[in-house]
Amino acid sequence: MSLFKAAIAAGIALATFTGTALAQGKPAELKIGITTFLSGPASVFGVPAKAAAEMIAEDLNKKGGIGGVPVKLSFIDEGAGGEALVSNYRRVVQDEKVDATFASISSGSCNQLVPVAEDLKVMNFMWDCGAASILETKKYRYNFRTQANGTPEMLAVLLYLLKTKPAFKTIAVVNQDYAWGRESWEIFSTALKAMKPDVQVVAELFPKFGAPDYSTEVSRLLALRPDVVLTTSWGGDLDTLVRQAGQRGLLQQSTFVLGIGESSIQRLGKDLPEGLIVGARGDHWFLHPEKKNDPAFKAFAEAFKAKSGAWPIYPVYHMAQAFTALQTAYDKAIKANGGSWPTREQVVDATAGIEFATGFGRPITLRPEDNQGLEAQLVGVTKSFPGYDFKLLDNMMIFDPKVITNPPNMRSVEWLKTLKPEFVKMDVPTFKQQ
Amino acid sequence: MNSTLAVLAVLDGISYAALVFLVSVGLSLIFGVLRVVNVAHGSLYAFGAYLAATLILKTASVSPWLTYPAMLAASVIIGTVCGGFIERFLLRPLYGRDDVLQLLITFAAFMIMDNLQRLIWGVQPIFAADPLKLLPNVSVFGVTYTSYQVILLPVVALATLFGLRYFLKRTLSGAVILAVTEDREASTAIGIDASRVYFVTFIIGASLAALGGALAAPTTSLVPGMGADMIVLSFAVAATAGLGQIEGTALTALMIGLTRAFVIYLQPEFEVLVPYLLMVLVLLARPFGLFGAVQVRKI
Repeated sequence: MSLFKAAIAAGIALATFTGTALAQGKPAELKIGITTFLSGPASVFGVPAKAAAEMIAEDLNKKGGIGGVPVKLSFIDEGAGGEALVSNYRRVVQDEKVDATFASISSGSCNQLVPVAEDLKVMNFMWDCGAASILETKKYRYNFRTQANGTPEMLAVLLYLLKTKPAFKTIAVVNQDYAWGRESWEIFSTALKAMKPDVQVVAELFPKFGAPDYSTEVSRLLALRPDVVLTTSWGGDLDTLVRQAGQRGLLQQSTFVLGIGESSIQRLGKDLPEGLIVGARGDHWFLHPEKKNDPAFKAFAEAFKAKSGAWPIYPVYHMAQAFTALQTAYDKAIKANGGSWPTREQVVDATAGIEFATGFGRPITLRPEDNQGLEAQLVGVTKSFPGYDFKLLDNMMIFDPKVITNPPNMRSVEWLKTLKPEFVKMDVPTFKQQ
Repeated sequence: MNSTLAVLAVLDGISYAALVFLVSVGLSLIFGVLRVVNVAHGSLYAFGAYLAATLILKTASVSPWLTYPAMLAASVIIGTVCGGFIERFLLRPLYGRDDVLQLLITFAAFMIMDNLQRLIWGVQPIFAADPLKLLPNVSVFGVTYTSYQVILLPVVALATLFGLRYFLKRTLSGAVILAVTEDREASTAIGIDASRVYFVTFIIGASLAALGGALAAPTTSLVPGMGADMIVLSFAVAATAGLGQIEGTALTALMIGLTRAFVIYLQPEFEVLVPYLLMVLVLLARPFGLFGAVQVRKI
């Protein structure tokens, strides 16, 4: 009997040892769980991003994967929201045992999933959500943001406005009534107050998210005649607002600033007039002035257009950033591990502070102090060009992220309050669309 | 607020109310006759809008004026095909059984249609403004309005209201519907085919939802989830009016439209709350709605 027990103990020990040894070897595949909107209004971002993820993964695997290991994707629909999203995320991490996650588009989703990722000790890249506060209130080990947050995104748009239309005296805002609409206005208005305190805010309108009709808001703005109208709305809401405003002459009456309008330009087609200021949530533009002649950049844009029917928009580039960040982190960790496959903890260690470049924009750094991505910001003005049935961006400025991102360990709003009117005078390169 | 802004707010309120009425009245009609709270109503609105946009985009290249019959055709097609299917195959087997089952089955229909919508039309916003661009803009106190929104929509809403009243009060078919609404058993006893009445009424209600969607299509972006948003608003209007009350629905839509417009001018922070705040206040004072009455079924 004692011989039998000893045999069992030896078997268990051998199995444990073998298992450990296998865990440190190269896995058969690198599993990535991705949350993205596949349903609901935000699927205008989520579905192109999913298409991009599939395209990038396919291309990556053709080249041998990451560190010689092919990647395998699992998608979770953010549209389910709430507890369903958290449950699905836990399932993918614990049952499917993914090696890393990319979560999420919505800041609400990020707020929910970031603590879960930390709890489950799985590396998570916030690949698209913009709420600055997430990484400002707590230092995380497993969570990184592979792009900018709302602060530099809004500040770049405001700086462009102040540089190109310095004489405006009144402004109104029409934002969606939810976290992003409110937070982006807080960032913009705080910075505006600091850098141009004489501007009067004549209307703050926050129509319902998904509102089908802006007639009353348009009437009110037509009556108020503000010099500038800001909106950080997106998707169908932005399209509806721009079209309803255009039909009634509001776009011609006031200077419109579309904080994250890059993603709507192609859809709006000829309904989008010239002269609107448009932000891109990063230096994302399918005709990026510094990259558009690069063969890899062109090939990616054309392949994406062939697959989806439209030129890439910013969530596509954000998805590419998450993949490149993961690849960079693994390459660094493998190198640090003497060429052996790294443990998850070694990959997390390697991720802090990396600089990576997708080739689709300027390089991005993951700031080690707070894991916040430093990403350049491109802003331009709409203009017609032959050969396109929608407006292109002209007079583009690309802002340096190190200058327009709040320093680590300082809340965005507090930092924005310290800005002075002289801040506007910074040198920023301007690019013509050619 | 000066009188100029008040006039602008009234115009905006009427325009909004017209669209809200067109969508809500179908829900109210179906409840009044069938006693079914049709959760799939929002999907019928969305399908009407999407099909109208598809037909508008196809017919506009032939002649822009064909876009108006295209919108009407979209409403009838969706009302007849989708509405007819839901009533005949999903609801009819459940009549006389627990009301919760009807709620669940129409909710299931809503979920299925929501996914079908994505499969058929995708997730990118669709816009088809040709009918709106055909009509000239009008200027009121220097503020430009589209005549589609301040003239056409209210006219269609009024025509729908009076058309429905005429149909129900002055025609034999309307009298039959009223008879079934009043007492289904007695109506059946005198030879009225109540199942057929239910079928036709559901198709009319579904067509009205689709008409609301079709008329909204030229003014707004069609996006996934638009049906869900509209069903919530429609319920708020129908419940505030008293379920089954057609004139009540019109007055409530007007009340919500005007209040919302004035709130946007005066206290825009409360815009989102307006329909629901009004609903809560009304239901606290009158649990059966503004025009509803205990145990009385009206249409």
